[in-house]
Amino acid sequence: MSHRLSGNEAVAYAMKQINPDVMGAFPITPSTEIPEYFAQYVADGEVNTEYVAVESEHSSMSVCIAAQAAGARAVCATSSCGLALMYELLYVAASCRLPITLACVNRALSGPININHDYSDSMGGRDSGWIQIYAENNQEAYDNFIMAMPIGETPSVRLPVMTCMDGFITSHAVENIELLETDVVRRFIGEYNPEHYLLKKENPLAVGPYDLSPYYMEHKVLQAEAMKAAKTRILEVAAEFEKISGRRYGLFEEYRMEDAELALVLMGSTAGTAKAAVDKLREEGVKAGLVKIRVFRPFPGEELARALAGTRAVAVMDKSEGFSANGGPLFAETRSALYDLKERAYLIDIVYGLGGRDVKVEDIEKVFGRLADIAVTGEIGPLYTHMGQRSKEEIA
Amino acid sequence: MSTVYNLKREAEKPVRLTGGHRLCAGCGAGVVVSGVLRALNKEDRAVVVNATSCLQVSTFMYPYTAYMDSYIHSAFENSAATCAGVEAAYNALQRRGKVEGTVKFITFAGDGGTYDIGFQSLSGAMERGHDMVYVCYDNEAYMNTGIQRSSSTPRFARTTTSPVGSVEQGKKQNKKDLTEILVAHDIPYIAQTAPMGNFRDLHTKAYNAIYTKGPCFLNVLAPCPRGWDYPMARLAQIIQLAVDTCVWPLYEVEEGVWRLTYIPKKKLPVEDFLRPQGRFRHMFQKGNEWMIEEAQAYVDQKWERLLERTGA
Repeated sequence: MSHRLSGNEAVAYAMKQINPDVMGAFPITPSTEIPEYFAQYVADGEVNTEYVAVESEHSSMSVCIAAQAAGARAVCATSSCGLALMYELLYVAASCRLPITLACVNRALSGPININHDYSDSMGGRDSGWIQIYAENNQEAYDNFIMAMPIGETPSVRLPVMTCMDGFITSHAVENIELLETDVVRRFIGEYNPEHYLLKKENPLAVGPYDLSPYYMEHKVLQAEAMKAAKTRILEVAAEFEKISGRRYGLFEEYRMEDAELALVLMGSTAGTAKAAVDKLREEGVKAGLVKIRVFRPFPGEELARALAGTRAVAVMDKSEGFSANGGPLFAETRSALYDLKERAYLIDIVYGLGGRDVKVEDIEKVFGRLADIAVTGEIGPLYTHMGQRSKEEIA
Repeated sequence: MSTVYNLKREAEKPVRLTGGHRLCAGCGAGVVVSGVLRALNKEDRAVVVNATSCLQVSTFMYPYTAYMDSYIHSAFENSAATCAGVEAAYNALQRRGKVEGTVKFITFAGDGGTYDIGFQSLSGAMERGHDMVYVCYDNEAYMNTGIQRSSSTPRFARTTTSPVGSVEQGKKQNKKDLTEILVAHDIPYIAQTAPMGNFRDLHTKAYNAIYTKGPCFLNVLAPCPRGWDYPMARLAQIIQLAVDTCVWPLYEVEEGVWRLTYIPKKKLPVEDFLRPQGRFRHMFQKGNEWMIEEAQAYVDQKWERLLERTGA
């Protein structure tokens, strides 16, 4: 069925169709609408979820951890500083192997305080052991949320999943969207029947031990193995999802990459802008292409290397800074992934769009222009630059 | 409780906190936990929640748990929200016919995890009205990290972050009255208690808290032989002195009604409580008499106010 929904409403609607056992709810711009819509579903009796309106994001994640450990399916939504307040508990959730689902509506981190989009919030949580799946648009935000539980809950994975969408750009813009029937969603998700949980009568369970050097390392290796296993599971779930939706998903999307010589690697809604630029350049005879990273954790390094193997120059576009003085987080992953290629493309990093700074088709074209120069001259110039900021003279 | 308290009968119940945990000899925490859990009806299950604490690291070191019931520890500052999450799951699963029987939800956290870093989480959970019991085992400092002052540490006490030196001697501020702050939450049952004598006070209050619907709070004095610096065999005596000097009055507030549950036959001077503890040793040095005087005045003032409130 075709509808017009904002990204937030689409995700809230997915939650309604899933009817989770517990929701930890706390408002923060721009994800606030998700717990708002859901509260109305509760108030109208459309779901029978235990809706826990807590006093902080720290507590919403704490409630989710405890509820999931107790044997329930738990969800929450947050953004920016809210996710940052959860960081400690993101690690606890992952290490307890609790497949919680979190809708992250990406927003820049303070300071200075800013409510608009970049990925500094979820990039800060990238090493916490959560699966991270990013959406380009409302449809993907909805679809990713529905795929999250079958991915996270599978015994070989048992990891929490963060589905991410771009704050305001995706969360608040209303687009046409195809929704699945609720019974189809419920069949796809299935019942949550964990093997061990706190409320199981037959066998009490202890969760969250003091875990010293004799065991800690083994537990971390198991977590690492689970993250590796997640890659296979994400693709299996995508294949099952295609059967019910007709929509195909992978670890990333390749756009006009078959013979591409110049390519971008980026995430989220910028892909829409970049696709327009690629189309325009293709018309002009430029062999331009795009890789849109969908799954950032686990990072599809080998697959990305194969996708970029035939290119001559690649620009990674990072929508978060990272302050490593060596490029953003997507650049670090991509550059590492390409290391084993016998013939590597020239590679640069462009940090853009921080705090919601706009990026236009012309900006993307300029990046391709630079890649074209690099491909001809073999001179990459500065490895890592920022795009879209005004000069000191312009500000003055 | 339908029947009169009988320690022998209660002690015959199967233990829920087993021996072999790693708490120090002479520590109040283990006594508090086993005393509270003993108040559960035999047929009822519980999920025990811990804040990061001495108790946590001593009772659930992988792969050994000392609890016969299900147990969860998540972090230092979120034990109330954690308990709330388990209770929320129970409600949801019960509604969907996926869980059977009575399950009770009991959190144990130290004073650092309650008065300080876990205070927001506690206040939130109490306000939301979860059917749970929050037990603070109050040893008046951060003992797990090696005796640092908390907002529960009493004035003049020596800790590693309120040391005794030539210019400053011990903590400068009074102890926060957390029990009264919890009373201000208008929850069904709040009590201040201690594992004293035949444990009747602790047991009765634990039973009331566990079997009163809604959020209930127990603040339980739990001396620490390392932090308070007393010989471990004197645990019971130290507790008795805290109560008989009115440093730690035993009372409860049920549906807004205050009630003293113990009035000392003879109210002892506060220095009887202070003297056996190394953390107060400097108060007995020449020239520091004013410290004992001020400590006494503070205890008297608090006690008078409590007498007024309870109508005793």
